[in-house]
Amino acid sequence: MLQTEMSPETIRTVKPYLAWGLTEAEYDRYAALLGRLPTYTEIGLASGMWSEHCAYKFSKPVLKTFWTKNDRVLMGPGEGAGVIDIGEGKAVVFKAESHNHPSAVEPYEGAATGVGGIIRDIFSIGAKPIAVLDSLAFGSPQDPRTKQLIDQVVAGIGGYGNAIGIPTVGGEIKFAASYAKNPLVNAMCVGVMDKAKIQKGKAAGVGNALIYVGAKTGRDGINGASFASAEFSDEAEADRSAVQVGDPFMEKLLMDACLEVTRAHQDVLVGMQDMGAAGLVSSTVEMADKSASGMVMDLDLIPQREPNMTPFEIMLSESQERMMLCVQAGSEAEIIALFKRYDLDAVVCGHVEAGHRYRLLHHGEVVCDVPVSALTSDAPVYHQASARPARLAHPAPDFAPRVPNALATLKQLLTDPNVADKAFLYQRYDAQVQTNTVVGPGSDAAVVRVRGTHRALAMTTDSNGRYLYLDPEVGGAITVAEAARNLVASGAEPLGITDCLNYGDPTKPEIFYELAESAKGITAATRVLNTPVISGNVSLYNETNGVAIYPTPMIGMVGLIEDLTTITTQAFKATGEAIYVVGATGDDYNGSLLQQVQTGTVSGSLRPLDLEAEKATQALVLQAIRRHLVTAAHDVADGGLLVALAEMSFGHGIGAQVSVDWPAVRLFSETQGRFVVTVPAAAQAAFEALTEGRAQRLGETADAMLTVYAQDQVIQAPVQALKALNEEALQCQLK
Amino acid sequence: MKAAVLSFPGSNCDEDLLWAVETVCGQAATMVPADHTDLTGYDLVLVPGGFSYGDYLRSGAIAKFAPVMTALQTFAAAGGYVLGICNGFQILTEAGLLPGALQWNRSLQFICEPEPLIVANANTAFSTAYTSGQRIVLPIAHGEGNYYADPDTLATLEANGQVVFRYAHNPNGSANDIAGLTNAQGNVLGMMPHPERAVEALLGGTDGLGVFRSLIEATKGASDRVAN
Repeated sequence: MLQTEMSPETIRTVKPYLAWGLTEAEYDRYAALLGRLPTYTEIGLASGMWSEHCAYKFSKPVLKTFWTKNDRVLMGPGEGAGVIDIGEGKAVVFKAESHNHPSAVEPYEGAATGVGGIIRDIFSIGAKPIAVLDSLAFGSPQDPRTKQLIDQVVAGIGGYGNAIGIPTVGGEIKFAASYAKNPLVNAMCVGVMDKAKIQKGKAAGVGNALIYVGAKTGRDGINGASFASAEFSDEAEADRSAVQVGDPFMEKLLMDACLEVTRAHQDVLVGMQDMGAAGLVSSTVEMADKSASGMVMDLDLIPQREPNMTPFEIMLSESQERMMLCVQAGSEAEIIALFKRYDLDAVVCGHVEAGHRYRLLHHGEVVCDVPVSALTSDAPVYHQASARPARLAHPAPDFAPRVPNALATLKQLLTDPNVADKAFLYQRYDAQVQTNTVVGPGSDAAVVRVRGTHRALAMTTDSNGRYLYLDPEVGGAITVAEAARNLVASGAEPLGITDCLNYGDPTKPEIFYELAESAKGITAATRVLNTPVISGNVSLYNETNGVAIYPTPMIGMVGLIEDLTTITTQAFKATGEAIYVVGATGDDYNGSLLQQVQTGTVSGSLRPLDLEAEKATQALVLQAIRRHLVTAAHDVADGGLLVALAEMSFGHGIGAQVSVDWPAVRLFSETQGRFVVTVPAAAQAAFEALTEGRAQRLGETADAMLTVYAQDQVIQAPVQALKALNEEALQCQLK
Repeated sequence: MKAAVLSFPGSNCDEDLLWAVETVCGQAATMVPADHTDLTGYDLVLVPGGFSYGDYLRSGAIAKFAPVMTALQTFAAAGGYVLGICNGFQILTEAGLLPGALQWNRSLQFICEPEPLIVANANTAFSTAYTSGQRIVLPIAHGEGNYYADPDTLATLEANGQVVFRYAHNPNGSANDIAGLTNAQGNVLGMMPHPERAVEALLGGTDGLGVFRSLIEATKGASDRVAN
């Protein structure tokens, strides 16, 4: 289809840009920056580059408040991914990205290309991707739409990750009604590299070549960045052309070739960037911006999959598996020859120019000539009005649950989709390719060995929309703390985080309040726990028919294990070992899974999180693990202590006999900052000396039966029976 | 032992095999790209797992036309040891080096899990380190691992003792629970489970070492014969 392009004057009067997400005021601002009316191509580029997805125009004031640097951070936000020093000359590179909108419309390809995109971000830095994790959120499993979404999203993640040969080692799958029409698909990738080889996405040095590599450009995903920056409604159900299609085989070749460039040709490589949101324009103009360069490209040289593509389509296509390299003049042939060996397209399509203009040629004519800054640093930034939602101003009274039959309640929680075993879904992912996976999906954190060192990395993703809905600030802090607890329980010291900030429409003051307040909580927690934010993305407009999802920041966290013998999992290892809970237990039922299950919703307020106590508890548990005093460790999360004990018993079918001097209801309290650990007899004296009363002894691991004596009830059930319930629940619900 | 690890575009277990043979087992191993045409001088050729050429058509259907496959046919016909794992097994059946075919799993889904196996024949070059009837656990990770052969072929395979590994709890619908089998001559083995993923205790088990130890033993003899 050949589009006839409107003239600048017609654009001014007809305003086609409104449909691409630009406002009239933004159009005027852009025209003022140019000093004339923009052409069709030029205004198209602005619609992509000024979208929230690329410009962060609503979230920037919030993102600026994040804590992003400590002495281990080698590269923070702003590049393809962040980098942290892990010692022995190596660095870990990681980032997470949301693909919520595409996955809602076309779940298989949406999820697959989400994985593909985040993998490119990692190898664009020069790192070999070693693991993928996925944080997913859906509506009720009984909803027929959820059944199809979850099947296709899982298939898409596996279809891409399995084929490219990067293990999918973990993640989470959450369920709440608020995600029914706006599922969350957040993919995180972790890579490892020599820290001396960090590569940046820049295009510097007049005359240096821009080399386009990888798949050809087609009409898929055109202006997807703008698509992802708008809400859904029932009237406009789907815009399928705005969803991309993935080719993991192509990406494997591209990854191997790009890593060979950084390994063997680093001397002539100036910069490398993946073509993600807003495709060619975003990758190239950002490379120019980072090095204050000018740039010219001839669009006739861009490999194209379809005839008669317009400059608008070429520049805003989000065809997958493409990269842009800047290479020193004179070295083009050696780089192109390398890509040819992988049977990949590689063409010089432009070069760095003097000055600061961004120029595009098409059929011999200049179709774009704008200042680089007009598309980058001069994009608008909005300081949104913020207003506390009514539900937070007048919270409901504290939830006071009744638990007359704690065993029945335990069974209810073990079969809740949030707690139910998800192994039958995780086993559709190859979790072991690359043969470094020490702990795969299903434990608190995944653990992947780092070859060439004596170290391993632990990694996790966490989100908890229920808490955020009740208190964005406290909930934000809790999400970071819980991610850190997951790492500590596996024996790792938390290093840093990446995030996907999933919210509704930021132009609504109540939504902006949620975003800003949760950022406060995240920042407070990251500072205390020494886990800076090194990368991330923002996904706004997660609304359907005006109703937003729970505010859901997804925290991806990576930790370091310096001694492979201290890797710890949650499963009870042997009978007769002492069980302790570290951290105090109170009556915290607001926002709990118990409240959700008993009342169908959440209400009330959250107690502030004591971050110093959290830090001390985590340090204590990590110390105990490092001294080899602990044989199993698990953080207490969804469902509380009894659910945690049950989960620990499932691994090897080993039970427990414990007693508490509380009423049984408190076994379901979700007081933060707690771990359950097991300690063999020989280590108990050392453990108690270390913990000095901060760990409460509950009882011992025992044969095949879970028995809990509470003040008012005795709870007893065979481990196998509880495990079977937990294993079968979600499979049945999804049938 | 001198091993070649074939690497097709889209192979993704080639480096894992190299690691298992070189670093874990301490043997010489070389990565051989799919466009190479010579495999002389090797005692063993390993055909790795992955998605060769993307496997968008049928697993292994494109790989069988790679230049290196002609050399592999020659190598196998001369009695050289060939081990195809996962996609490697699929490629060997497509190339006619092993009988039968691998269909989509009964569940129509990819399955990755540790799988209990029974060693059905410990008297092959690939399995002497085990004992017949021994139960071992190896990881599987495949979408198309459901082995099929017609009844006559299956009867021949069984009569000749060509079935080397069987699933204890058939995960994918394979005929006769077959997880791995050899050709009639006994020098070519294809298996869906990944022995190279079970060679280090840190990663959950070492039951796969037996396959490599058996081959080291078998090729010692081969090298001696060549030397003599």
